[in-house]
Amino acid sequence: MTTVDPTNTTPVDPNAVSLTINGKAVSARKGDLIIAAADKSNEFIPRFCYHPRMAPAGMCRQCLVEVEGPRGPMMVVSCMTPVAEGQVVRTDTEQVKKAQEGVLELLLANHPLDCPVCDKGGECPLQDQAFSHGPGESRYVEEKRHYEKPIPISDNVFLDRERCILCDRCTRFADEVAGDALISFTSRGNNTQVMTFPDEPFSSYFSGNTVQICPVGALTAKPYRFKARPWDLDQTESTCTTCSVGCRTVVQSSRDELVRYQGVDIDPVNWGWLCDRGRFNFESVNSDQRLTTPYLKDAQGNHVATTWSAALDTAARMLRTSLATSSDSVAIIGGARGTNEDAFAWAQLADAVGVNQRDAQLADGLPAEIFSLPQASIDEAVAANTIILLSPDLKEELPVLFLRVRDVAQKRKSKVVEITSRPTGITPSAWKTVLVEPGKIASTVASGLDPAIVKQIGSGSVSVIVGRMNLAESAESTVLALAEILHLAPQAKVLPVLRRGNVRGAVTAGLTPQQGAADTAEILELSAAGKIDTLVLLGSDPLSDVPDADLARRGLAGARNIISIDAFMTPSSSQAHVVLPAAAFGEKNGTTTNLEGRMSNVAQKITPAGTSRPDWMIACELASALGKDLGFNSVEDVTAKLVKTVAQFAPAANTKALRHDGVLMNHPAPLTLSRTTLPIPDRNSYDYRIVSFRKLYDAAVGTAKSPSLVHLAEGASVVVHPLDLARVGVEHGSHVQVISAKSTVVLPVATSESVMRGTAWLPFNQPGNDAREMFDVQADVIDVRIEKLA
Amino acid sequence: MSSYPHAPGFVVGDRPKVVTSRFEYTDSFTIERYLATDGYKAIRKALSKPAADVHEEVKGATVLGRGGAGFPAGTKWGLTPQQVWPRYLVVNGDESEPGTYKDRLLMERDPHQLIEGCLIACYAAGLSQCFLYIRGEMALAQERVAAALNEAYAAGYVGKNILGSKFSVDIVLHWGAGAYVVGEETALIESLEGNRGMPRLKPPFFPAANGLYGQPTIVNNVETLANLPWLIRNGVEAYTAIGTKTSPGTRMVAVSGHVKRPGVYEIINGTTTFRDLLYGEEFCGGIRNGNKLKAFVPGGGSAPWFTPDQLDLPFEASQVGPAGSMLGSGAIMVMDETTDIPAAALTLTHFYAHESCGKCTPCREGGTWLERILTRVVNGTGTDADLQQLIEVGTSICPGDFPHASNEALGISAVPFPYKMTTICFVGPSAYAPIHSALTLFRSEFEARVTKRITIPVTAVGAAS
Repeated sequence: MTTVDPTNTTPVDPNAVSLTINGKAVSARKGDLIIAAADKSNEFIPRFCYHPRMAPAGMCRQCLVEVEGPRGPMMVVSCMTPVAEGQVVRTDTEQVKKAQEGVLELLLANHPLDCPVCDKGGECPLQDQAFSHGPGESRYVEEKRHYEKPIPISDNVFLDRERCILCDRCTRFADEVAGDALISFTSRGNNTQVMTFPDEPFSSYFSGNTVQICPVGALTAKPYRFKARPWDLDQTESTCTTCSVGCRTVVQSSRDELVRYQGVDIDPVNWGWLCDRGRFNFESVNSDQRLTTPYLKDAQGNHVATTWSAALDTAARMLRTSLATSSDSVAIIGGARGTNEDAFAWAQLADAVGVNQRDAQLADGLPAEIFSLPQASIDEAVAANTIILLSPDLKEELPVLFLRVRDVAQKRKSKVVEITSRPTGITPSAWKTVLVEPGKIASTVASGLDPAIVKQIGSGSVSVIVGRMNLAESAESTVLALAEILHLAPQAKVLPVLRRGNVRGAVTAGLTPQQGAADTAEILELSAAGKIDTLVLLGSDPLSDVPDADLARRGLAGARNIISIDAFMTPSSSQAHVVLPAAAFGEKNGTTTNLEGRMSNVAQKITPAGTSRPDWMIACELASALGKDLGFNSVEDVTAKLVKTVAQFAPAANTKALRHDGVLMNHPAPLTLSRTTLPIPDRNSYDYRIVSFRKLYDAAVGTAKSPSLVHLAEGASVVVHPLDLARVGVEHGSHVQVISAKSTVVLPVATSESVMRGTAWLPFNQPGNDAREMFDVQADVIDVRIEKLA
Repeated sequence: MSSYPHAPGFVVGDRPKVVTSRFEYTDSFTIERYLATDGYKAIRKALSKPAADVHEEVKGATVLGRGGAGFPAGTKWGLTPQQVWPRYLVVNGDESEPGTYKDRLLMERDPHQLIEGCLIACYAAGLSQCFLYIRGEMALAQERVAAALNEAYAAGYVGKNILGSKFSVDIVLHWGAGAYVVGEETALIESLEGNRGMPRLKPPFFPAANGLYGQPTIVNNVETLANLPWLIRNGVEAYTAIGTKTSPGTRMVAVSGHVKRPGVYEIINGTTTFRDLLYGEEFCGGIRNGNKLKAFVPGGGSAPWFTPDQLDLPFEASQVGPAGSMLGSGAIMVMDETTDIPAAALTLTHFYAHESCGKCTPCREGGTWLERILTRVVNGTGTDADLQQLIEVGTSICPGDFPHASNEALGISAVPFPYKMTTICFVGPSAYAPIHSALTLFRSEFEARVTKRITIPVTAVGAAS
């Protein structure tokens, strides 16, 4: 007899469903699929087409189970049947075994048993489940299907149609998740095959995910093909720091060399997905162009390899001499590419010797006060009723965040309002796209928004994803636009999307101008004026990244000493007097912070190249050479002090959480932004206002030093509206001269109907003639003339 | 046969003609002929009553779906969720079951009757738009229906405010690209949406709740809808007076194969027997050349076969099902004593293996596998193990007992319809059905074709004893 306990106030969950699987009581949520409920209760049901992050297709038929129905047991596919109260599921009856073995035999019928030479062999769901749920032997004696063995379907992905079991995972991913429906089934029946459209490669930024989720060896990625066997791999979980999304990955090596990254599914961030840049740029860590030893510049200006002690001595002497004059004669630029520990050790060193001029951002970000607004996590940002994008093209800069936003937009869970100067990857899924000429964002938000958008903003929760949408437009323009949005939606939460790997961690750890000291742009101006004696480049390359080529050049030329800590000889480090080789991703332990302030660990998998060392260790060495002791003997010491010293990092004391989902940092008390207007000059009708933006593949070292990615950067160009080009009087594809107040650059010209009349697109940091020659960090907007070559 | 109500132009005492009454006229497809023979009177009558009453009439008449599954149309219309708009009628004119060609004639010879049926269905079931999906190969049917639709629009029978009422409906023609599986309703919906014609899994979603473009959708067969004008004009009583209580009205059957007069016949549901149809002088007139009947397929290429033992069964689902087959699409394929049974089974299996859409594994891989083995057997290069293998592969597609007819001479009793299946739709089981029937009823013909597998005794030195 059951009685109701009146003191029991535990609310009954209306969405709880209880069922039994093989006699075991299982609790699930309404809407869960049987296969997911079985997974949670450790009852494995074999499957191929089912993937928890995609809509079920029910087509491989491997997951057949029996469910008790009114007319006896019914055979259903567990990947498409939702749980129901009191449901009785059996996965172990004769009938189920027979059906599962039958389907597996049929899947193997045309599958070539070339496992010994297949990259998937050893980690292959088909192979594994053939052993666990298969009939043991095949009775298929006919000739198998034959197709040309692997055909490239994109630059990095190969397709072997003989191995394909047509589970629809890759094609569903491309269509549903990535929005690049470039692969699809063709032909019919026994001749069905996955194929691209004629002359249209599977050029998706997310193509590597299809390789990861392929349940057989049909899709393989060029960077890993024939590099290792799964049983040779050693692996460790880490966090990708290619951009600031902070996707969870597993770093795999063989013979002390990185061979593969795979996405790890964590709920708060990447759901198992990675972008191709993050997935394949391990090649740059293995590059033979890595710096393996310190260098000193000799009297003739040549770099000569040297020992660490000689290099550190020289660097310490430079710093000591400069500090003896004034601590303002030293400046540190960079730190966003390392770990939290790297940044913190350098901030501690700077504190110890009184250097206030330090900045992890390269004049291409936003002021650090952006982190002091009411913060949204990624989950909170995509769960808002209205998501306002005041950001760069997420698909190009922060690809996996793009997938998260696209997911809610496609499923009509949230409405995306995009305010931008050019259509982006999210535009097809956005509810509204507001196209604004550079410089006019704030004024448009203040007075020119569609009333429907204003109404929508007022109707529920709002999140603002804010970043630097146009590198030829001042950061202030974005900040003021944000101020207007926050005025319109005072409860809105902000997700800052600064792009560089650990920029948020570095800024929070202290690599940001102290007490009103100079930021990167100002440091470079000071340096150009001869006021910087020693300039430290902490994994930064101002010559490539600062959106003002002239300023960067003058700044570096004006510094008496440059100390560069870098993994590669970059344009900036080749001007340095001391070059110290830094350990790269995968070569050091520590923690990193993603764009939402989530701290998680990065892990060492291989030995650092040559004699390179992590940045934090170099900071310690320099400190002791300067007579200061930072007190760090290991990276754990740095983490421990960081957690104790910087209040925002306190949650990182939870070291267990750091090793998987990560923990969100504490946020400071929120600020309010002030609203003013910028004096934006009117555009001359012969001029074009520049919209400059990063593409996923550009001239950045991670891409440039990865052989599989380097050719994917499309090269510098200028893109205008076809009618504007007609006005210039040249053909699409020919070269034009682009003239700004600062410089003239010759670029190939392309057209697109998507360009707003009167604006010109200039992809940032692409190989070729450098558009940054025309930029000026002091200007709010940059107008150029486009003319025929003389 | 006596006093059934009749369409004009037919003498009392004839067989009742519900849907083929105009087939005798050479201009049966024109609006003039249609109007001259009670055309568009039914929609006028329907519009004079509340829609719910018309729906009740169709429900009351138990108009069984004529596409294959035999689900009552009136009941199907009632399954749509209330107050969800828009909702659609999709007409399944993708008739492609082997041996079936009744809908083609209905569209070629009496397109207005179909259009009027669509209007009645849309009015009664509250559907806002109609999509008429016609199979790609049926060029004449496409032409005639398109011309008829133009005439009907011009005359104000289709479109806005039909016949001055508040009822408006548009009919959109869509021509398929020729895939058998698109005859399956969810694959047809996918095709109509512009996707690959691949069936959707049901459950969880049935088209009535979530169909075309995610909206409630009723999919009806051409013949089902062609019944409606007569039903509305003559009333439920007249309709149910024909046939039996569970299978009222008439139905069209398409007979092909070794009979004297193959063709489409409108027979009385539930009472006409296969013997009446195949041997009756008013129908097929017996087997060709006075040969003996060997076997016949009672309901389209995917139905299990019958032998002369089942000739006296009537066209009644409740009797044909327990006997081990189905009435399906109303296609009867007749095989006389000269028929090469394994070759006949191969012809059908080849069709289904070829027409597999490739979506689910058992059909895609199993169908072709069956075809390969059977080809070997038919060519005389198979072994007796191949016969067992055919059944094993079939069991992977349809676990459990597969339905078949009883046979007195062989001493086997019937396994009733339907079967269990591991596939999404019926294409996979259909590839196995002819093989199973042929092997069960005519195994000796297969055994005569195969060589006995020789077992080589292995006596290896040191083998485990």
